Amino acid sequence: MTNVLSVHDLHFSYHDHHPALRGVSLTLCEGDKVALVGPNGAGKSTLMLHLNGILRGQGEVFVGGERLTRDNLPAARAMVGLVFQNPDDQLFSPTVFEDVAFGPLHMGLPKDEVLARVETALNAVRMSNYRDRMSHHLSVGEKKRIAIATVLSMNPQILVLDEPSAGLDPRARRTLINLLRELPITMLVSTHDMRLVEELFPRTIVMDEGLIVADGMTKEILADEKFLNEHGLEKP
Amino acid sequence: MHSDAFDRYHESNSFVHRLDPRVKVIVTIAYILSNALLPDGAWLAFGLSWLFLLFANALSNLGVGFTFKRSFIALPFALVAITVLFSIPGNPISTFRFLFWDLTITDMGLLRFESILIRSWLSVQMAILLVATTRFPDIVHALEHLRVPTILTTIIAFLYRYLFVLVDEVFRLLRAREARSAAVAGVRAGGSVAWRGRVAGNMAGQLFLRSYERSDRVYNAMLARGYSGHLNTINPHEMRRVDYLTTALALIVILLFQLVGRL
Amino acid sequence: MHYSPAPLHIPDGFLNVTVSVIFWVITVIMIGMAVARTNKSLGEKQVPLMGIMAAFIFAAQMINFPVAGGTSGHLLGGALAAIVLGPWAGMLVMTAVIAVQGLLFQDGGLLVMGANIFNMGLLTVAIGYGFYRSVMNKSTGTKLAVAGVAAWLSVMAGALATALQLWLSGTSNLQTAVIAMLSVHALIGIGEALITVAALSFIFRTRPDLLGEGSASAEGGRGWVMAGVVISLIVVLLSPLASADPDGLERVAIDMGFIDAGQSAPYQVIPDYTLPFLGTTPLSTIIAGVIGALVVLGIAILAGRSLQKTS
Ligand SMILES: Nc1ncnc2c1ncn2[C@@H]1O[C@H](COP(=O)(O)OP(=O)(O)OP(=O)(O)O)[C@@H](O)[C@H]1O
Ligand SMILES: [Mg+2]
Repeated sequence: MTNVLSVHDLHFSYHDHHPALRGVSLTLCEGDKVALVGPNGAGKSTLMLHLNGILRGQGEVFVGGERLTRDNLPAARAMVGLVFQNPDDQLFSPTVFEDVAFGPLHMGLPKDEVLARVETALNAVRMSNYRDRMSHHLSVGEKKRIAIATVLSMNPQILVLDEPSAGLDPRARRTLINLLRELPITMLVSTHDMRLVEELFPRTIVMDEGLIVADGMTKEILADEKFLNEHGLEKP
Repeated sequence: MHSDAFDRYHESNSFVHRLDPRVKVIVTIAYILSNALLPDGAWLAFGLSWLFLLFANALSNLGVGFTFKRSFIALPFALVAITVLFSIPGNPISTFRFLFWDLTITDMGLLRFESILIRSWLSVQMAILLVATTRFPDIVHALEHLRVPTILTTIIAFLYRYLFVLVDEVFRLLRAREARSAAVAGVRAGGSVAWRGRVAGNMAGQLFLRSYERSDRVYNAMLARGYSGHLNTINPHEMRRVDYLTTALALIVILLFQLVGRL
Repeated sequence: MHYSPAPLHIPDGFLNVTVSVIFWVITVIMIGMAVARTNKSLGEKQVPLMGIMAAFIFAAQMINFPVAGGTSGHLLGGALAAIVLGPWAGMLVMTAVIAVQGLLFQDGGLLVMGANIFNMGLLTVAIGYGFYRSVMNKSTGTKLAVAGVAAWLSVMAGALATALQLWLSGTSNLQTAVIAMLSVHALIGIGEALITVAALSFIFRTRPDLLGEGSASAEGGRGWVMAGVVISLIVVLLSPLASADPDGLERVAIDMGFIDAGQSAPYQVIPDYTLPFLGTTPLSTIIAGVIGALVVLGIAILAGRSLQKTS
């Protein structure tokens, strides 16, 4: 299998802060669906912001086999679809349509192609009839799904989702799980929802205090209750 | 409590709703301009102008009286015009005593006062109808088409999007303040004015910082989707024949009001 | 939640076409300059920042606090926006705020929007920034004090401009409009000053980097100091003139063709717009005006409240 995303020995600190990442390495292969878990402040979001070059720490990030540099940022950003933790940050346009079209438009695609991509992306998250809705009218669950559509419209090869199930009611959560299961795409998903991890992801990466403390089969990691407790996690 | 109360759009599928937003913006501005141009006391023209408004109301399926209900929001401002009642020379109508002063209302003053109120009352209703029949993002598109600088329309679009988010935050802050401001018996609640001002200022500072940090995250979200300093927009509106016809017709009618008003 | 209109937003119908157009022209020129400056000098990050700051100003205007007798203090925000964002970005942000208030909430008219932007978005920013710029290198305490004065003056400048526009449009008698607007806004300006100072000191404490060297706050030129001083001087000189001795100003306006001779000359109609026990001195006129203004303010508050209840 080809390796689509890898990170080598990544270090990063926010200005005047203790380090948020302290030497992180990982590799994702095509088709992998990987969960990223860890307590609050472990560095999950920070790591994700490095995967398409929004933050740039010390170390190396490879996207599609190429080392991330200033020059290939646009290509990398088209390849890694990053969905932020808070949908109100992700959805910054007045209407759903404008938000889903934002990515393709800024990739320089022609108008027809943009329209087609919006259509496909909204279909993929089962929200085609929300095309002309205003973002501030949406419920949290709807916002989360539209947020995923905003990056699907860029046809990414890897989907990076930061806590997609947070704040969802059971039904919205179920819809989201089905959606993630059906999407035929490489995925790295951070979450505190251990039942989601168990159900959806064969592989899990555990982070704590800026380090990866485990990377392996979800079944094995979830079986080790003592280890989970040490890192502020719970068995589902 | 949700800031949905800020929504002014009324969903419907009427003729007016379907018009291109440019048409509605242009006609609204022309209408307001026309009212401002009509001379004092042009009652017939004001009356026709009002009929035009009622007709537009009817065409929008919202009911003939729709804009009437909200049309008094500018009323408190009428106080600033009250002095014209007394300050314009003319034949005295009545005189009364107000505190230390004898005030005389003149016929010319009354004419001017009534005309100002009518202009304001008609104009504000057309503006209400515009936002009731046009979704705000479409108004922003219309402004883009009408050559308002992109940076300004973009700021307005962001303002509209985050208005709701930030106003919700304000409510949370206000509620937190209320929850914490208990009154002790015998002591005037809430401290001095300066103190209350400082509490409010701290809330504004807090809100500023949250907004500032949010703008960082939003910027990141834009970067992640290919933004590189230049904003591309796709504007779904196209003027149809009916849009051109409606604009022309409405402008001609509005021009007629001017003729009538100056006969 | 009710959206309550602020007293400086002029609705359509209250300014005549000439005045409306003149202020649109001035405003468009200033906005054009601001657009050119921001496009040239500011980074790409500035676009979402200005957008969300506009939402911030809008939302911050809803933070109010009781002052006295049922009035509440709240923020207009021009001075604050200018200080934290720099003058040009501040102008664009205030313009967006006033545009949305007019377009979406009919708080302020469309034809008169040029004047509203000028009064609340351009004057306030110029004064706020000009004053602040002049003490940029001084201590935090000095900056806060000056920001407070600037915030108060910015509201007064907006109020004076509003009064003059109303008068030039033949909507209001010069003397009454000036006295009423200024005395009401002398109070409102205190709320503005208190909130602006407290908000700034909060930012100084938590994120001093946002107001320091190299921030947007520091990037306006010294020319702003001049602009701020000149506008304030006009306010300070014109206000007493207009409130105590309006004849001179009216003469100028008539000569320039703004108003008809018949429209002015209020003394013929209100011969004793003074207090009987003080005689016909300028002081007497001003005090009489203040009393009238307070009565008007009271009526305005009552009217506003009853409207609020019904809607
Ligand atoms: N913008 C920022 N400025 C300064 N420090 C930050 C910033 N964002 C995060 N941090 C700090 O970096 C560390 C890692 O935070 P991060 O958001 O990556 O954690 P996380 O694993 O995503 O946590 P959560 O589960 O709460 O989302 C924390 O100590 C946090 O306080
Ligand atoms: Mg996180």
